[in-house]
Amino acid sequence: MPRIATRLRFADRLGSWKARWAIGRDTYIVPPGLYALGSPDEDAPVIVTANYKMSYDIVRAALDGRDAWLLVLETYGINVWCAAGKGTFGTDELIRRVKQSGLERVVTHRTLLLPILGAPGVAAHEVAKATGFRVTYAAIRATDLLAYLDRGRVTTPAMHSLTFSLWERLILTPVELVQALKILLPVALVLLLVGWLSAGLSLGVSLAVALLGAVVCGTVIAPALLPWLPGVRFAVKGTIVGLLWSGGWALWGAGSLGPAARLGAVLALTVVTAYYALNFTGSTPFTSRSGVRKEMTSALPAMASALAAAVLLWGWAALS
Amino acid sequence: MHGFRYLENVATLELDAPNCIGCGRCVEVCPHGVFTLNDAKARIVDRDVCMECGACARNCPVGVISVDAGVGCASGLIAEWLQEKNWRRSSGCC
Ligand code: SF4
Ligand code: SF4
Repeated sequence: MPRIATRLRFADRLGSWKARWAIGRDTYIVPPGLYALGSPDEDAPVIVTANYKMSYDIVRAALDGRDAWLLVLETYGINVWCAAGKGTFGTDELIRRVKQSGLERVVTHRTLLLPILGAPGVAAHEVAKATGFRVTYAAIRATDLLAYLDRGRVTTPAMHSLTFSLWERLILTPVELVQALKILLPVALVLLLVGWLSAGLSLGVSLAVALLGAVVCGTVIAPALLPWLPGVRFAVKGTIVGLLWSGGWALWGAGSLGPAARLGAVLALTVVTAYYALNFTGSTPFTSRSGVRKEMTSALPAMASALAAAVLLWGWAALS
Repeated sequence: MHGFRYLENVATLELDAPNCIGCGRCVEVCPHGVFTLNDAKARIVDRDVCMECGACARNCPVGVISVDAGVGCASGLIAEWLQEKNWRRSSGCC
């Protein structure tokens, strides 16, 4: 049985930072199985988590100094919430790990403590039927685990309600930004070259900065400002941020571009920002799939029209 | 979750209340407080805050809750549509 510390070391913190920026994120894992935190006995609580190193680190740090069993499921290095959606943090995997680890001989009680956000993947009654262990969804945040255990295992309303604070939004944005840049950084480089060759380096730089700024607006600024931007639709929120950025750029940073080309650029840049703002729905814990689908059926045609208009404006600018 | 509401009247959540056995699992797993338990029967109090995560349906021991759960980001939905047309493989949101 591996024994593990509840204190995080510098290497753990550096690893988390890299994973948040999507550096080596896919391999940021711990081996699945049963771990001893401190020196747990047969009455110690059993806490189930994902084998995403960051989830595992948060849980063991939250239990600071306490004795517990940690049952780590194979989620292929993905956090509890996302893995539950994919079904890897799921009924079958939990049953398999309970049996494989011989948990019934390790503890005398028959309770598994799971994070509430793991519930989309796990059917508690099926786990009970197959293993004899009763699943209890303890809290949303691992940081509430200690209070949950100390208060006689009661989930207070605060432990049971989701939050989506500025910080909780911001820590999701680096991955969004990196994913977007994988596609749009090459495009920015092309713009740099095209601008440079047609009207000098300053225009090339201006175009590239305009595009990268639009990406940052959609993946970072709009998510950060989410509750303060008007409307409920993410694409509308993104459009507002996008227009402010691209409009400002067109007024003060577009150099030698003519009015038609500028207007086309404003349209295209706003679409970029609006699209990435809309895509952030996948990271928020309150947007329904039906809602996103409904929003997309109106937003995507609008975006396509704006892009088509931008292309026409650029064509016209090039010809005249 | 104050200040965070999304589009109204779209959630696909359905509850067949007469066949509910009142175990309370749906109340336990829903992070948005969509359900309450009254007189040993579950009731939907606010369908519009449902994020369609599927936790309640998955954990209802008698299967009286249904919801269309799945990926909820634009790129994931586009990938799903393309997959239906066999153009590419679907990927999740996160
Ligand atoms: S699908 Fe999720 S958010 Fe909607 S009612 Fe069920 S548990 Fe709550
Ligand atoms: S989980 Fe199902 S049976 Fe249990 S209270 Fe909810 S609806 Fe009723």
